[in-house]
Amino acid sequence: MSTADTDARLKRLALYAVLIAMAGFYLLPILTGLFTSITSPESYTGQSPFLPPMEPLLPETGSFSLQPWGNAFDGLARGLTNSFILVIPATILSGLFGSMAAYGLTNVDWRGQVGIYALFVAGIFIPYQAVLVPLTQFWYNVVPLQSLFAPLAGLPLVQAYHWKLVALIVTHTAYGIPICTLLFRAHYKKLSDEMIEAARLDGASVSTIYRRIVLPLSIPMFAVVFIYQFTQIWNDLLFALTIVQFGDASVVTQELVGIGVSQAGTNFPLRMAAALLAALPTLVVYVLFGDKFAEGVTA
Amino acid sequence: MRNPIATLRNRWSDSDARTDGGEPASERSFLDRDSVRSAPFWVPPFLLVGLFVYGAVVWNFFLSLTDFSGIGEPDYSDLDVENYFVAFSDPVDGFLSMFGMGGEVSGGTPAWSDLTVDPVWNSLGNTLALMIGFSAVCLALGLLLAILVDRGIRFENTFRTIYLLPMSLSFVVTAKFWLYMYNPQTGLINIALGVFGIGPVQIVQNPDLKLGAVAFALIWQFSGYAMIVYLAALRGIPSSHFEAARVDGASTIKMYWRVIVPQLRTATVSALVVITVFALKAFDFLFSMYGGYQPGPSADILATRMVREAYANQNWAYGSTIAVILFVMALCIVAPYIYSQYRRGEL
Repeated sequence: MSTADTDARLKRLALYAVLIAMAGFYLLPILTGLFTSITSPESYTGQSPFLPPMEPLLPETGSFSLQPWGNAFDGLARGLTNSFILVIPATILSGLFGSMAAYGLTNVDWRGQVGIYALFVAGIFIPYQAVLVPLTQFWYNVVPLQSLFAPLAGLPLVQAYHWKLVALIVTHTAYGIPICTLLFRAHYKKLSDEMIEAARLDGASVSTIYRRIVLPLSIPMFAVVFIYQFTQIWNDLLFALTIVQFGDASVVTQELVGIGVSQAGTNFPLRMAAALLAALPTLVVYVLFGDKFAEGVTA
Repeated sequence: MRNPIATLRNRWSDSDARTDGGEPASERSFLDRDSVRSAPFWVPPFLLVGLFVYGAVVWNFFLSLTDFSGIGEPDYSDLDVENYFVAFSDPVDGFLSMFGMGGEVSGGTPAWSDLTVDPVWNSLGNTLALMIGFSAVCLALGLLLAILVDRGIRFENTFRTIYLLPMSLSFVVTAKFWLYMYNPQTGLINIALGVFGIGPVQIVQNPDLKLGAVAFALIWQFSGYAMIVYLAALRGIPSSHFEAARVDGASTIKMYWRVIVPQLRTATVSALVVITVFALKAFDFLFSMYGGYQPGPSADILATRMVREAYANQNWAYGSTIAVILFVMALCIVAPYIYSQYRRGEL
């Protein structure tokens, strides 16, 4: 074998070594969390969190147990329920509104159009802090949502505290519209135009064209937008903290902050199980639709 | 590729393309009717964004001019910029303190408080340090990963998926993982240091390491994003550029530095804007890491300071003032970006 060949092979080997080391860097915190989360708290020593619990075989690693996951589920059940009540309507609404805005703003021909669109784009980058105090004022002191919602509390499955989740749904919808509009507009610029022209010649109205042509062609984009919004809203803490505040309507990220800490110290197996459980919906979505997620974040 | 909706629009406004051959006068009303008809599509989302985003930003500005604190209603009859003077009080020493210089920084005593209220210099300095350090390392690591992944490797998808994985997690979850990694007794980092006979080192509560530890965890979470952006940009560079550089006999490193990196400017700018704004919003992470509103002075950033002043201390007006400062910072980053997008016709 020539030296050039050996050289190229060595380079290739080094390349893969670096790539695998970096994969380890990204995976290790999650893996140690996973291994710790399936260790029974009584046998947990913390001496080797990077190994799975195999007590009888390997000493000091702790023994296997699903108890932390069970306890984490008990601790987070209310938060998980509230998060699902929040995330599903907020995701769908912000996606729909984003699609409508993108269609309407690419459609109308008037001078302020780019200005309006620039406002939508800038809205993506506004820090939540800039609106928190007004939003708290709005939902607690200006709009009597709590009393407006009271009659609905008699319905099955509806609780009086759900009004806070309604406030959070509206807020997240409004904040999600800008990014959804951006994603849809990029997609609508690439749509094939023959069908739209044909429909136009057939005398189809603006809304018929949207319902019959643009909307069905947006389905792949809806997948990207829904995945992106689902992850964003599920993962958010700040809006929940200030609009819902701690209580019956707490979402999962709020519940996760305080879990696993007590007077006796930190229960790491419980805390790691809770962190993974709270992350599970977004992890599942990511593993199943990773490419769509990448498409969403890079737009 | 032609934009179908733009084509449609031209058709509607261009009288030559009209198929019903109407009079110019009726054409105007026809056009009006169409813009009115499409209004239902963009007006409801625009109202929501206008009310909850921009309306709230304006309202927040007025709140920052009041003396609103404690429980009760804000009083809008007496507006002044006192809070801004408190926020930036002692400007010379305060400014120098961001670089570790200058004398003691003293606060101000606004009308709504009997106590001295600290200015924002400390958290402003931490915010800038975090933004600059975190974004620079994030971009550099992202670029490096993108170049490695772009070298025709096997299992490319698997590597990409792994590198981007942390991005799908919540700040709250990431903080829990890293709190565990940094733990002096059971954390992986201290176990690794122990192998070299160092430690155990207190990281999370150590004033000298806190901000670095936060930045490191955020880099772990977001460098995959920078990689994806750079990878897309690298794929957009014609392969002839790579080959030309190779024919010139440039080494791989020289080739990337001279030929490829300069072509990644657009990608760098857009990734930088997104990542710096992420750093501005790192509140969720700090709240989860420190279990509340008190990360301590050496890791206090404007994002946490704002929420603490408003929601823990109920100094609502002062919280709003810090929020305006944050908003202006975000605007300074985003406005030039959007304007340049507009100039290049990409908006």
